[in-house]
Amino acid sequence: MDFLNAIVAILNYVFVPATAYGAQLALGALGVTLIYGILRFSNFAHGDTMAFGTAMTILVTWGLQKLGLHFGPLPTALIALPFGIAITAAFVLATDRAVYAYYRKVRAAPVILVMVSVGVMFVMNGVTRFVIGVDEIQFTDGARFVISAKGFREATGLAEPLAIRTTQVLTVVLAGLVVWALFWFLNKTRTGKSMRAFSDNEDLALLSGINPNHVVAVTWIIAAALATTAGVLYGLDKSFKAFNYFQLLLPIFASAIVGGLGNPLGAIAGGFIIAYSEVAVTYAWKKVATYAIPGFEAEGLMQLLSTEYKFAVSFAILIIVLLFKPTGLFKGKAV
Amino acid sequence: MSFLEAENMTGGYGAADILHGCTLKVEKGQIAVIVGPNGAGKSTAMKAVFGMLKLRGGHVKLDGEDITTLSPQERVHKGMGFVPQVNNVFPTMSVEENLEMGAFIRPDDFRGTMEQVYDLFPILKEKRHQNAGELSGGQRQQVAVGRALMTQPKLLMLDEPTAGVSPIVMDELFDRIIEVARTGISILMVEQNARQALEIADQGYVLVQGANKYTDTGAALMADPEVRRTFLGG
Repeated sequence: MDFLNAIVAILNYVFVPATAYGAQLALGALGVTLIYGILRFSNFAHGDTMAFGTAMTILVTWGLQKLGLHFGPLPTALIALPFGIAITAAFVLATDRAVYAYYRKVRAAPVILVMVSVGVMFVMNGVTRFVIGVDEIQFTDGARFVISAKGFREATGLAEPLAIRTTQVLTVVLAGLVVWALFWFLNKTRTGKSMRAFSDNEDLALLSGINPNHVVAVTWIIAAALATTAGVLYGLDKSFKAFNYFQLLLPIFASAIVGGLGNPLGAIAGGFIIAYSEVAVTYAWKKVATYAIPGFEAEGLMQLLSTEYKFAVSFAILIIVLLFKPTGLFKGKAV
Repeated sequence: MSFLEAENMTGGYGAADILHGCTLKVEKGQIAVIVGPNGAGKSTAMKAVFGMLKLRGGHVKLDGEDITTLSPQERVHKGMGFVPQVNNVFPTMSVEENLEMGAFIRPDDFRGTMEQVYDLFPILKEKRHQNAGELSGGQRQQVAVGRALMTQPKLLMLDEPTAGVSPIVMDELFDRIIEVARTGISILMVEQNARQALEIADQGYVLVQGANKYTDTGAALMADPEVRRTFLGG
């Protein structure tokens, strides 16, 4: 019984939240890795693109709620998501036209594009805060739990509860669908293949008659869709706060680099590696240990790192990977 | 009139000219080979024909049409196919996807052309689901040539197709190139392996310092004692 309790505690406090978080990071890292692979620079504005997209989705959600529209047990934000994506894609395409296009034309070095993206990041940062404010916003509605703690305890008779929130299930399902759609698009459609060709060998892609402007535009639209989806799922699962999204940049980049920049499969694996490590290192293992090891009395909380330092985990993993395997676990491009 | 006429090409990458009045001509369905010492401007001459280099003088005509001012992409539409010396495949894409990308500009059904490429290079059909980056050097060159053939070019340009492959693979590649020429496609090729290349050449060009030094049929150049002594090592 105690052993079962230990497993349930791990599921409840580590596995379930980390899986949802990992799916959110994976979606974010996919956007970063796609931009890196095709446009050839690390997009520092990606975190704030997520914030902007989420802010737009929240505004549309509020509008829908005012109209009395609801999505049954699912959050209303899900109906608003396509609108949020469309607005974000338009914003990002306008940014590309106004800013990045010039640097592509003069064939600027990647590091210059990175700096440009830092500038774009600050502007997007400001725009998002200006539109929706700096406060924490809860925008989830609908059914809160798929499995509630109380229901689980009553059904199983275990001392430990297991709660699975609607937003967590939604995150994993939606992320799975998005990843499937992305891979289908990249591997089966003509446009998707031309994007991979462009990423593989730009000169040869141009010789083959692939239109670079088209590839760039489609890449931005997909990146905007991935960022908005990741941001909305993160916001539904936790809450929306512009500053938190800016901070998410580090674990997202760590995910993309750990998996191998430019490699979509690596981005997904990296997202889960970072999420599981972060949650496992900052979780207090005392309860699990007490259940699992009979007669064991823990002195402290058995927490390796307090949650305030969770970003140190991404940082540490990032540094280890860069030192020992700079191209990432999956074959990516060298950083 | 020749199918390709690139006459008096003069130009270079920066301020200094690399090509000094270089002339290259290829007849329909024939193989023309450019040989010469290192730094003679062989690859540069071919890039100039393909429009990757701005010319200060001279002109390029394909099938009687002046294409001097066209971009490389536009020249592909006019019927030129180009196989660069390096980075000539999409390494993380399968062989089949490489061929598909070669046919990117074609709005029509290109499956017939793909079958022709597979007939020409049977090994590619066998490895069609494998990534091009995982193939051997010779196989990769076949992918590169196959990719260029997918647009059904009338002129195929090859920049050192046998660079870095074994002598056996080189012979096989040359055999395939002859086969391509037999289908009526004109071929312009830069080669380091001058002797072997001239053997299959209908027309040979020996370039020195960006200008034509000797121009004759492949056989005649092979027989010329002067050419043999200076460029073919006796």
